[in-house]
Amino acid sequence: MLSKEIVMMIIGMGIVTFIPRMLPFIMFRGKELPAFLQGVLKNVPYATLGALIFPAVFYIQEDIWYGVIGAGAAFIAAFLGANVIVVVMGSIAVLSAYSLFF
Amino acid sequence: MENVMTIDQGTRFKKGCQAGISIAIGYVPIALTFGLIAKTTGLSLGETVMMSMIVFAGASQYMSLSLLALGTGAFEIVLTTFIVNIRHFLMSASLNEKVEPDRTINRVIYSFGITDETFSVAAIQPGKLTTGFMFGLNLTAYLSWVIGSGVGFAIGAGLPQTLQQSMSIALYAMFIGLLVPSMKKSVKVVFLAALAACFNIIFTMTNFLSSGWAIVVATLLSAVLVEWVEGIKKKGQVSNVE
Repeated sequence: MLSKEIVMMIIGMGIVTFIPRMLPFIMFRGKELPAFLQGVLKNVPYATLGALIFPAVFYIQEDIWYGVIGAGAAFIAAFLGANVIVVVMGSIAVLSAYSLFF
Repeated sequence: MENVMTIDQGTRFKKGCQAGISIAIGYVPIALTFGLIAKTTGLSLGETVMMSMIVFAGASQYMSLSLLALGTGAFEIVLTTFIVNIRHFLMSASLNEKVEPDRTINRVIYSFGITDETFSVAAIQPGKLTTGFMFGLNLTAYLSWVIGSGVGFAIGAGLPQTLQQSMSIALYAMFIGLLVPSMKKSVKVVFLAALAACFNIIFTMTNFLSSGWAIVVATLLSAVLVEWVEGIKKKGQVSNVE
């Protein structure tokens, strides 16, 4: 069962989500941007990661320690050179142990 | 020659799929819950799966459910979605500098799959990004999201509560796993991430900006400031030498 209004809304949501994703690939295609702007765009991934992690990681559960312990475990594993999947599985394991005890 | 090219893109596609696995681990519990909440909000299975297929953006999909539950109109929901997802513009602009030259149609197709998570994984890869890799990465993430939403609706349940709780760290652990190796190599990366984190914490705590805009503004401020300071330092070195 599909209601027409919901379907129209979903299509609208899809269009407005797709446009910002797609536009830069067309707008900046084959264009050499100014050096400063290129530098900024190269910085974007690392800055984005910082903003994606904080403060959201503290709010993953009502108990703030979930985020603190999970992020701490991930940081240690990554710092020791573990690859991303090991980091993910490791921090899930640490939090599973934490929720068993608390 | 043609054949060699296809085999090459094939291995790259596989590499992309592998890189997408950690995203899938993070998406599945969130997708299951999305399906479950969609059901309790009163959407049908078709509508739920369709939303995940057409929108493919977790935060805004969750938001649309709570707005629907409040009786908000479709137009307002679409507008909110636009504002929440405008941050992808910045991510695509950044990736556009990193992808190999290819036909516009291919770029437009894989750009559909750019999320916070696929962007982060792609942007951290060394060297140029191939079309095969982008398709593999985005498709893996996409399928886990779409299938997870459908399964969550159908079984009407998420994962057991303790597992659900511990898995809520998955995507953040992935972000950390992507960021830390680059931080070890470069102080600049440490500054970029820390500065953006501080700005975002301030914007969020003070309710100065909604969370969608807070990430965009924090990222841009940090990326521009660090670039600017680096430029000044370089100029200083040049004039010292002179």
